[in-house]
Amino acid sequence: MANAHATSPDEHHDEHHDGPAPGIGRWLFATNHKDIGTMYLVFSLIMFFVGGAMAMVIRAELFQPGLQLVDPQFFNQMTTNHALTMIFGAVMPAFVGLANWMIPLQIGAPDMALPRMNNFSFWLLPFAFTLLLGTLFVPGGAAAGGWTMYPPLALQAGDSFPMLIFAVHLMGASSIMGAINVIVTILNMRTPGMSLLQMPIFCWTWLITAYLLIAVMPVLAGAVTMLLTDHFFKTSFFNAAGGGDPLMFEHIFWFFGHPEVYIMILPAFGIVSEILPTFSRKPLFGATSMIYATASIGFLSFIVWGHHMFADGMPMAAQLFFMMSTMLIAVPTGVKVFNWTATMWRGSLSFEPPMLFALGFLFMFTIGGFSGVMLAIVPADFQYNQTYFVVAHFHYVLVPGAVFAIMGAVYYWLPKWTGNMYSMGLAKTHFWLSTIFVNVLFFPQHFLGLAGMPRRIPDYAVQFSDWNMVSSLGGFGFGLTQILFAIVVIQCVRGGKKATAKVWEGARPVGLEWSIPSPAPYHSFSTPPQLEPAAIPRS
Amino acid sequence: MKLNRFWMIGLSTLAGAGDAVATTSNGYNLPAGVTALSREIYGIHMFVFWICVGIAVVVFGAMIYSILRFRHSQGAVADTTMIHSTKVEVVWTVIPVLILVVMAVPAAETILKMEDMRNSELSIRVTGYQWKWQYQYMDAAEGVNYFSTLSRDSNYARQLHSGIDPRSVPNYLLSVDKPLVVPSGTKVRLLLTSQDVIHAWWVPDLGVKRSAVPGFISELWFNVDPGKEGTYRGQCVALCGRDHGFMPIVVEVKTPDDFKTWVEAQKAETKQASAADAAPIKTARALD
Repeated sequence: MANAHATSPDEHHDEHHDGPAPGIGRWLFATNHKDIGTMYLVFSLIMFFVGGAMAMVIRAELFQPGLQLVDPQFFNQMTTNHALTMIFGAVMPAFVGLANWMIPLQIGAPDMALPRMNNFSFWLLPFAFTLLLGTLFVPGGAAAGGWTMYPPLALQAGDSFPMLIFAVHLMGASSIMGAINVIVTILNMRTPGMSLLQMPIFCWTWLITAYLLIAVMPVLAGAVTMLLTDHFFKTSFFNAAGGGDPLMFEHIFWFFGHPEVYIMILPAFGIVSEILPTFSRKPLFGATSMIYATASIGFLSFIVWGHHMFADGMPMAAQLFFMMSTMLIAVPTGVKVFNWTATMWRGSLSFEPPMLFALGFLFMFTIGGFSGVMLAIVPADFQYNQTYFVVAHFHYVLVPGAVFAIMGAVYYWLPKWTGNMYSMGLAKTHFWLSTIFVNVLFFPQHFLGLAGMPRRIPDYAVQFSDWNMVSSLGGFGFGLTQILFAIVVIQCVRGGKKATAKVWEGARPVGLEWSIPSPAPYHSFSTPPQLEPAAIPRS
Repeated sequence: MKLNRFWMIGLSTLAGAGDAVATTSNGYNLPAGVTALSREIYGIHMFVFWICVGIAVVVFGAMIYSILRFRHSQGAVADTTMIHSTKVEVVWTVIPVLILVVMAVPAAETILKMEDMRNSELSIRVTGYQWKWQYQYMDAAEGVNYFSTLSRDSNYARQLHSGIDPRSVPNYLLSVDKPLVVPSGTKVRLLLTSQDVIHAWWVPDLGVKRSAVPGFISELWFNVDPGKEGTYRGQCVALCGRDHGFMPIVVEVKTPDDFKTWVEAQKAETKQASAADAAPIKTARALD
């Protein structure tokens, strides 16, 4: 560059910042939001396969009644670490990766506001997961008390226990720093003229998510620290013999845990709100009410935690309160689903892979929403609680919900990141196989739960055999199908048809990210872009 | 609850539940169960389920219609002016609220009944251990006290590489050496606690589930309809360690008369055992 400016005193400086640093240093010392975003996404994909491998062990053992493959204790280690890996290793880092890549591009900022902290918050994760997955190899094996870590069971652990606690602390610190970065970036670095209400929906959902993260991750850290002192320093926070209360842990845990659920779904809402309008060739319906609905869900998420504990013993007034507040969440969530439907109404729809994943999300997340309403009904919850019905419910909102949204986002923005189009045929195959298998995998689990099968058991009564076999076959199919996803992504990174700046020619992508070339240059928006008034219409 | 009755009768036929054999679930739905409350819960479950189905038909219908009708490939042109309508947004905020109220009212009524522990006729203290249950009777059956563990044939079959086909074991993983015995037509109250970690006691046909928390006592009650005597099975439903999957619950419901006979027999047995214990020569503990 800059051959015309050979004498410019800034030239050397410019060149230094023009491209990525060579070698491994580019990644170790990364401060560029695109590099860090890429690292988050790659890390998340690896963890998705690690957590998926654990799920395969679980489904293989449950393929038929009787114990064929693993010891019950190892089975419990698999369920515990599958959950921890998928939640903290796959879903959350994927959303942070997407935030890193897309928030600066969507608001016209040159980078995240705090690039060095950004580097630190990513690099904590490999250490956190080395500790967590390392527990599989220590005496006594990995944590096996469930990802919820309820005492006293969680305290019956070997050397894995302090490693688990420290890993959770690291993940929490990483999430908090990531969240601070998102908030500071969004509030300070929007291009001049972009008001908050004009900001793209994906940024909005992430802004609210970031506040949830800052509010609840310290609560989790506090809860696990109390576990640690109960275990090593003879405190009795959760030990009835010393005046403590095991249920207090559940209250503290779910005060974190329920907002955590929304941390894993609000950015997915944002992604779907970006994709649907593009391929419906029509602005998002009721964009402002979408923002208010997201904020309401964020607020309500703090006052519903008790619905995880109805069967654990709770005063009647608390049961009624948590039932009502939980049901109330259906209202803003319903508004979102209706708005998405209205976005497609009288649109002009085409079905590229991102759109397919957004539609899959729309249908299957709604199924998870229905079972969620059923679970809110206290008397019925006494029958559903701790059964496979719950397993089916949260996997419907997390797999064809959050995970489909993440994959939709990758298919939506991948050409912008790499500059190449990917194989549409393979991506569509990936979608259809995933959709078929995810339903074969999780739908029968509703039946299993209603018929009386508890969750977290390695072996079951023979009347549950048929649906378990169906579910396992779906699980193996779903697991294998995800290899296709990796193939599509790797192919696309290596080459392919060149993508234009707009990428989705013929559709209606809206936003600043489509105004820069594909692949997005290493440094973008070094000067704030001019905002076209009509670029992001709002009602 | 009139509404519940209506749904219960109409829908239990539809779901094919209602046969009074040991496991009353039909394999894909909740059992209607054998108590007034369990049937009420089943009624609420089906009521909410059909409301969800109704909403699903409307919402998925609109989505599928949009997908089929407004296709770019069929030359559909997007109406880019359709971006907001306060009227419909108010409508689809208010209607869900009303539907939720309709669901919440019968649910709240049932909660009040479930939590009414007064006037119980028989109390039994249930203690969870890793991995068995202890039943200590109070009131008229005071003194009856025993442990209930996974039955021997299930226990053999469930070992890793046991080579025993679970299908050949009667009630695999759902049978115990000594079941909990209760009388029908009696309000039975269970006082639950635990000696180690949190367990949870669940029998679907009785419509009750409650955690057993160490250091605390939680309560539940059930009253099995006269005429529904039989064996009802459930499992521990709170992850409680390695053998969480292997501490089933079996409840044998007898008529009040048969129950009385059973209690007498138990007491006689206990007396005999303690007399034997008292004899100096027999004090060496028999290892079972």
